[in-house]
Amino acid sequence: MKHNLILKVVSKFLIPLIFLFALYVQFHGDFGPGGGFQAGVIFSAGIILYALVFGVDSAKKVIPLHILRVLASLGVLIYAGTGVASLLLGGNYLEYGVLASTQLAGQHIGIIVIELGVGITVMAVMLIMFFAFAERGRPIEDVEDKEGSQ
Amino acid sequence: MIDSIVNITLLSLLAILAFAIIRMRSLFAVIMLFAGFSFISAGLFVAMDAADVAFTEAAVGAGISTILMLATLALTYAPEVHKKEKLPGHKPWLPLAVVLITGGMLIYGTSDIPAFGDPNAPAQQHVAPYYLEKSLSETGVPNVVTAVLASYRGFDTLGEVTVIFTAGIAVLLLIGGRRKKTKNETTEGVNET
Amino acid sequence: MDLIIGHYNYWLVIIIMMAGFYTVISRGNLVKKIAGLNIFQVSVFMLYISIGNVKDGAVPIIEKGVTLYSNPLPHVLILTAIVVGVATTALGLALVVRIKEAYGTIEEDEIHNQDHSL
Repeated sequence: MKHNLILKVVSKFLIPLIFLFALYVQFHGDFGPGGGFQAGVIFSAGIILYALVFGVDSAKKVIPLHILRVLASLGVLIYAGTGVASLLLGGNYLEYGVLASTQLAGQHIGIIVIELGVGITVMAVMLIMFFAFAERGRPIEDVEDKEGSQ
Repeated sequence: MIDSIVNITLLSLLAILAFAIIRMRSLFAVIMLFAGFSFISAGLFVAMDAADVAFTEAAVGAGISTILMLATLALTYAPEVHKKEKLPGHKPWLPLAVVLITGGMLIYGTSDIPAFGDPNAPAQQHVAPYYLEKSLSETGVPNVVTAVLASYRGFDTLGEVTVIFTAGIAVLLLIGGRRKKTKNETTEGVNET
Repeated sequence: MDLIIGHYNYWLVIIIMMAGFYTVISRGNLVKKIAGLNIFQVSVFMLYISIGNVKDGAVPIIEKGVTLYSNPLPHVLILTAIVVGVATTALGLALVVRIKEAYGTIEEDEIHNQDHSL
């Protein structure tokens, strides 16, 4: 992967656009096609592209595995927590109407928050899977050699 | 009319790709054809007015699935077989018979299904009109798919997210972390050197 | 003729479905089996979306002046099913990796022979 100059330059240019598009899909999902599932996958695709071009190790510096584990559970927690919040405010589980003063505003807040939860979980899980497959191929001696030479 | 032509073309391409995947022995080619299959099916979903589904299929089916399959191929690589599958030892008559009988019965079953695109079909009369009429005034979200996904069927989606989360944990448990060399392999390595 | 116009979609989808099914039951290579399973899965998605399709209907995003939309309900079900599908596919591939590590092969008959040669 030393001489792929074009690949590196083009992906450096593309990756921010991919993240921007993922955010657009995430928060514009109410009005156009899109939503948390698609946004999470597109965001993780951006990081996977980075990992493919610049190596898994540098991608792991961008977003380490322990943070991904926290993020994966955080997304589910946000989703389920929205349900609990609406319970505490006197509604049914996942009844968003009670989250704000009017029914419509409450629905809007609820939908945006749970889509965010979905997006975070999907993004984290896809990256966990990719890193698990990518890391599996390296035998354990590889790492020890590297540490020994340093 | 133009809809039908587009649908038939895309579906025929998909069928050709599916048969090519059966015939193909090189696993790398199978995975690449599968990525193409996903892309064309995303096109078909657009032709059938399912923009959100097409979006997801293009990102997930053609992107993530392909990457994961290629990673598996790299992990299970065995040089002596050149990444090709073995020919099955037995004759394929039994699976062929099973497939033909199942397919015949399914096609016979479609004769009762309402015609494709029929606006008066029972599937179009149940809760869909309610969602299409009321979702904008009840949730304020113009995209009905998002409204149903996040609000009317929020419980369902919570379950799906939990399934994805659980699958992620399971993958981490199965192949998370580096592989430790088993006793067998280390002794083999010693013998070779 | 009406029967053909009204049902060609379902027939082609079933043919694709059976091609995936045949790959699953007749091939011994586990990676190829999973590819077949995915083809089967995508064809089920296509069946659902064709049931939800309305002739001359629009994408179900509410807009002024549009009265006829496709059915949004199958779209919701399949949208989540696709993402869950890739999660379960990854699980299946992880199992394939573990099988390869345990048996040294991903061919079904060789695994079978190893199990029975003990």
